[in-house]
Amino acid sequence: MEKIPILKLGEILLVSIQVDMHDRLAITLQDDLTARIVKDRARGVLIDISSLEMVDSFIGRMLGNIAAMSQALGAQTVVVGMRPAVAITIVELGLSMQNVRTALNVERGIEMLQRAVEESEEDTTHEPSGT
Amino acid sequence: MSLPGPETLELKTSEDVVRARQRVRVCMKDQGFGLVDQTKMVTATSELARNAVDYGLGGTMRIESLEEMGRIGIRLVFLDHGPGIPDIDLALTDGYTSGHGLGLGLGGSKRLVNEFEIWSKPDEGTRVTITRWR
Repeated sequence: MEKIPILKLGEILLVSIQVDMHDRLAITLQDDLTARIVKDRARGVLIDISSLEMVDSFIGRMLGNIAAMSQALGAQTVVVGMRPAVAITIVELGLSMQNVRTALNVERGIEMLQRAVEESEEDTTHEPSGT
Repeated sequence: MSLPGPETLELKTSEDVVRARQRVRVCMKDQGFGLVDQTKMVTATSELARNAVDYGLGGTMRIESLEEMGRIGIRLVFLDHGPGIPDIDLALTDGYTSGHGLGLGLGGSKRLVNEFEIWSKPDEGTRVTITRWR
């Protein structure tokens, strides 16, 4: 079956979408990623969409779902590499992507995730114990 | 310059939606549209083709290159014989969804093109015509 590969880099899961996704493939990715976050105890998910020539409402919703589901499982999601023409188009389409964190490229996305992971670790260590 | 003749693509599965997007992309490129125009039209194609597959029980997309008063354009006609849309104004409202979508399909596509026309009749089907000029 056709699948989008998910790579593991430390506590981060990396996905680079290189194909023109049909809707079922997008749903499969969403399901696979949530399963992998649990299995690999991931703290962050980085989705590279620099190869995507288009983001429509379905793919936008999938990205939002992944961000919300990973959040519920204790992981942060960052979407990176959106093309300028795609950014212009989704704004006119009316997709807000307000629940999805974005970064310009993979490098910045990984920095963002590492910071988020460190912060959430600090939060846990500074929590008062025994209350 | 001679324009390529119109052609019609089947829309039955989500793979057909991908094929429709790719066909429109190639056509827009061939007619010299810029990247933003291509992306807008391809995105509108994706929304409307998906509507035809998911809500219209499948349909067709007709693609036509136009030349009018020195202008180059692409016109797409999405046709299905599904249940139709009972309230078109409502369906064009952002956030309105009859199913599992975000409700941006129709209203959103309208904003991405230069001309937008919709006809729908309960139990007969839906036809959406969009045009983008270069």
